[in-house]
Amino acid sequence: MKIRGRVWKYGNNVNTDVIFPGKYTYTITDRREMARHALEDLDPGFASAVQPGDVIVAGRNWGCGSSREQAAICLKEAGVGAIVAESFARIFFRNALNEGLPVITCPEAVAALQTGEMVEIDLEASVIRRGEDSWPFPPLSESALGLIREGGLIPYLRRKLSGQNSEGNLKAVEEGGSAKDSRH
Amino acid sequence: MGKTFAEKALARAAGLPEVTAGQVVDARPDVVLSHDNTAAIARTFRSLGVSRVKHPERLAITLDHAVPAPTTQHAQNHAEVRQFVAEQGITNFFEVGRGICHQVLSEEAIVLPGQLILGADSHTTHFGWMGAFGAGVGRSEVAALWATGELWLRVPESIRIILEGELPLGVTAKDFALRIIGDLGADGGTYASIEFSGSGIEAMTIESRMVLPNMMAEMGAKNAYIAPDAAVFDWLAPRLARRTGRPLEECRAQVEAGALYPDPDARYIAEYRYEAAALEPYVACPHSVDHVVPLSQVAGTRVHQAFLGTCTNGRLEDLAAAAAVVKGRQVAPGTRFLVIPASSQVLQEAMRLGYIQTLVEAGAILGVPGCGPCMGNHMGIPAPGEVTISSANRNFQGRMGTREAEIYLASPAVVAASAIRGVITDPREL
Repeated sequence: MKIRGRVWKYGNNVNTDVIFPGKYTYTITDRREMARHALEDLDPGFASAVQPGDVIVAGRNWGCGSSREQAAICLKEAGVGAIVAESFARIFFRNALNEGLPVITCPEAVAALQTGEMVEIDLEASVIRRGEDSWPFPPLSESALGLIREGGLIPYLRRKLSGQNSEGNLKAVEEGGSAKDSRH
Repeated sequence: MGKTFAEKALARAAGLPEVTAGQVVDARPDVVLSHDNTAAIARTFRSLGVSRVKHPERLAITLDHAVPAPTTQHAQNHAEVRQFVAEQGITNFFEVGRGICHQVLSEEAIVLPGQLILGADSHTTHFGWMGAFGAGVGRSEVAALWATGELWLRVPESIRIILEGELPLGVTAKDFALRIIGDLGADGGTYASIEFSGSGIEAMTIESRMVLPNMMAEMGAKNAYIAPDAAVFDWLAPRLARRTGRPLEECRAQVEAGALYPDPDARYIAEYRYEAAALEPYVACPHSVDHVVPLSQVAGTRVHQAFLGTCTNGRLEDLAAAAAVVKGRQVAPGTRFLVIPASSQVLQEAMRLGYIQTLVEAGAILGVPGCGPCMGNHMGIPAPGEVTISSANRNFQGRMGTREAEIYLASPAVVAASAIRGVITDPREL
């Protein structure tokens, strides 16, 4: 699986409230409408300009705060192809994979990449490329890749419960990326 | 090698003789929590093609986030939740006005020491106050839990935080929680199980103990833990007896039997030690929970709204602290003081003890038990340009409904004192 798109770069501790405001949590139920509010309180221009495949690049602790899964849904629906960060908050990390949205921990790429640059991410080869430059990242587990291929936990589970494709094993998905960097 | 609380609790929940940090297990929670988001989870659940929840007796559902319904859409959402509850035969359902999920499930003794509770709410870490393993998960995972009864979890590494000695006058569990998050950072506990211990923790009231695990969500913890003692058993047993109609002694034995304690030689990835006497009141400044400073640095900052409530600090002792501060005084002109008890039981006790009378006499506005304005859904939403001081757990930009407002976090007494002066105030000065 390869993802190609432009970089949108943000800082540390981007929280779920600025990704998807709490005031919409019980009034917006349509996924496309969720996408129109993606990152509204951090970067009001994002939702209307983001293109399919674009990549969010951010610092530490992306997605801290609420358990609201809409924070992952709105980005996925807006077309975000992957998020590359120094580290992720644990519930967001799980929610993203459960929505089939790749979350990649790679501080070296975060340091180098800037808004507007074109990148390609090869999920199987575990590498991020920008022109001649490339940065390897810790491989996603087979089960994480499986979730991404399936389009998330619910499509995966739907098939499993209906007796198809019951080979999958979600147990090896690991939370938090390389969160040990921030474990003190 | 000895085992941490997390290793013991997740071994039990997975039905394994022992597990070690880093291991991934299929865990079967004793309780699965959801609130106003139950309707959305129910839609996802139905999309799985499953018609019945596997263990309806393990579900606990409250309506608390936007209650009573402020709009037709919210009302429709609540109606869908009630329909799902009726259709699935869920008995642990708590209607609008009963209170905030973490408070209500504690008061009803639905979660017990040593149990695993997974909730579609990030502050499910709360249940560490009684020595239960509480972790937040997303909506898809709760739908999966309803369908299958289990979920994979990685056993977290553990961090130990020790508090020695007695907190000085005017310094609370909230101040300690803010200090920890300020010191370690918003990602300082990412993915870890936080174990609290020390004489300062043991000396805390039950209500104060609830503050610490609740707030640990704000530094990324998976769960938090305080060793349950006789005070915890005494608090839970009569509540379990009341809810189940079983004899008190039997309930007390059950509550005690589940308790888990870490081994003395358990392995920790970090340890932090605090002296209670060296702590002071702290405030978290906009727009980050780890932007923590001593209260003295921001004293005098103008506030338009003071908000007392939420799952962090909306309990009886919080209302008592606020009532003691405002008694015989008046809320400052140009400032609003919003008080929302965490539950109907808290409200009734506060009425019986006169705290509500005192607060309303001072000019406070009383709200229906629930989450209120904490997440910008309902009531007490600030105008752009306004400043709120809040006893809640989160001060992110836009959190309370508009990105052009600022939120400071503090203890209930500081919130009350700030309401009286109209500026951030140390209650010890009043």
